[in-house]
Amino acid sequence: MKPSGIQLVQAGSQQRRIVIVGATSAIAEHCTRLWIRHGAADLILIGRNDKRLRRVADDLAVRSPASHIECLSVDFTDGAAIERAVATACTGGRPDIVLIAHGALPDQAVCQADLRACQDALTVNGVSPALFVEAFVSHMHNAGPASLVLIGSVAGDRGRQSNYVYGAAKGLLDRYAQGLRHRLALGGSALKVILVKPGPTATPMTAHLAAQGQPLAPVEAVARTIVSGVAQGRAVIYAPGKWRTIMLVIRCLPSIIFHRLKI
Amino acid sequence: MIPVRSWGRLSAGAHHVIPLHDPARVPHELQTHGPGIAYGNGRSYGDECLNPGGVLWHTARLDRLSYWNPDTGVLTCEAGVLLQDIQRRWAPQGWMLPVTPGTQLVTVGGAIANDVHGKNHHALGSFGDHVLRLWLARSNGELIECSPTQQPQWFAATVGGMGLTGVIVRAELQLRRVAGPWLDTETIPYGSLDEFFALADGSEADWEHTVGWIDCLAGSASSGMRGIFMRANPSAAIRGPMSQTKERYMPFTPPVSLVNRLTLKPFNAAYYYLQRRRAGRALQHYEPFSYPLDGLLEWNRMYGPQGFYQYQSVVPPHARLDATHVMLREIARSGEGSFLAVLKTFGQRSARGLLSFPRPGTTLALDFPNRGERTLRLFDRLDAIVLEAGGTLYPAKDARMPRRMFEAGYPRLHEFLPMRDAGMSSAMSRRLLGS
Repeated sequence: MKPSGIQLVQAGSQQRRIVIVGATSAIAEHCTRLWIRHGAADLILIGRNDKRLRRVADDLAVRSPASHIECLSVDFTDGAAIERAVATACTGGRPDIVLIAHGALPDQAVCQADLRACQDALTVNGVSPALFVEAFVSHMHNAGPASLVLIGSVAGDRGRQSNYVYGAAKGLLDRYAQGLRHRLALGGSALKVILVKPGPTATPMTAHLAAQGQPLAPVEAVARTIVSGVAQGRAVIYAPGKWRTIMLVIRCLPSIIFHRLKI
Repeated sequence: MIPVRSWGRLSAGAHHVIPLHDPARVPHELQTHGPGIAYGNGRSYGDECLNPGGVLWHTARLDRLSYWNPDTGVLTCEAGVLLQDIQRRWAPQGWMLPVTPGTQLVTVGGAIANDVHGKNHHALGSFGDHVLRLWLARSNGELIECSPTQQPQWFAATVGGMGLTGVIVRAELQLRRVAGPWLDTETIPYGSLDEFFALADGSEADWEHTVGWIDCLAGSASSGMRGIFMRANPSAAIRGPMSQTKERYMPFTPPVSLVNRLTLKPFNAAYYYLQRRRAGRALQHYEPFSYPLDGLLEWNRMYGPQGFYQYQSVVPPHARLDATHVMLREIARSGEGSFLAVLKTFGQRSARGLLSFPRPGTTLALDFPNRGERTLRLFDRLDAIVLEAGGTLYPAKDARMPRRMFEAGYPRLHEFLPMRDAGMSSAMSRRLLGS
């Protein structure tokens, strides 16, 4: 079954170019659905698993038959492969939006006991997205206005005993985005680097948290917050917005109190 | 384990909820966990989608559209897609689902598993009549592809099969051509059951949608009763009123039911007079006509923390006048009352599923706030009337019918049982099938 919507569009079309890294992640998928609802786009979906990418691409093609969709599978831990994938994604023209959304919520206890698991978690959640950003910036920094959107996490705002491996990796992205914004501002670039910090969201990645009864935000609502924040060009987007206040309090707690909390 | 409710909010038992997100992995998930039951958008009213203490396979993330043929109107999608997604995506382009229930906030899988019907049942049949093919995951790891002609026994058991033949992962649906999203509607007040049936029968040939609202309390006050009959046809109009897109929420659960003895009579009277003022013909968008309650999300909270029951029966054509009359009198006498009383004739159509609810006759749907024993005692008396008339109840709405009533109303149950998946179990299946 070949979806009717996947077709080539003629060169020089005025459609927005959108690149999604980690396109099978639930948050990314819902952001993409919202973006194509506003109008057809040239989409490049980057992921690890070709079959799963295909499913997402088929869905998007049915939703937006006028969109042109390409899939690219890549090893997220290989810097050279990332460089090639990003170069391929940018050959057809400068992207208007890049969303870097891949990640995997590790088990903190396993990371503490097994350093290979710890290394994998730090790599896939921190190093790999940072390499993607760096590669995209080199292709995009001196072109016109565009948005480079990174999915971080509220977990990156302050290290906590329950998930500091994931938090540290996401915190890395926070510093990386900060530094890039500094560099781009000095260079007079119109490229915006946007860091999204979702709170716990109902996605396949957090299924075990849902099973433990932890309240999770619906992924559709998180995606709506992200898409409208990107349209407004905000540097940091908390999704849902209440996490801005919650994390402000958590960041400001003095250690003497913080260290007594089992969070 | 997390608390999960169905639409009636009668219970909030703890469930082990397993989200399904990859159709290819569903058979494996069913093999590893369970027994359990599929849970889509939680719109069935009673215990059909619940399995307290056990597993629920949550299908909300099986929400991909897989294939669309713009020439034939055939859509293939995963089972967790909401009917609203389909309607809103394609109605502007002149394609709609042929049959939908009174809410479009149900999943495709749920619509198949209940073989849901709509106001146009007499013309277009039930949801299952427009399913071309479906893919069913079984707890033995199998994935069965079936249609009315390919492995038809699986198809007939799964359409209306209450989720008990396996988990539906994907379906191929036939959409229908429409000129636009509008309906030519007519609203007609009526003053007796005879009048209702005359209107319903007289409209069947020329009107695709027919439905009656009935004030089930007015009968006690005088010899007469009153109601509003609504009928509609797809309109050829290419311009018309748009649907209200702003969603409103019932923001909290009130400590007591807002539907009670004090409010019911004024509610019903207000609704009657409001609708009577709108009597006559009008061009309406399909959303407010077909899904009037979708405009207030979580309206089920208005029944308070005790929740509510829906009692939906069907009685055969020959018994319809007497049985409906006696039921309404019994309700009025009990002092319990229903705000949403809906009366609809099914015409002569039978449905495809072995356990499908729609059948030739008249269906009456009533909502009652849960007032414990006294509500249940009323249902026992209504059951007796329905059974006597040779009728039955709709499992999608049910939370309490006795097993013998189910067995009496579903004569093809013995054909269904061998098709059942032993790995599928719900509170309802244990109540009505013993396991």
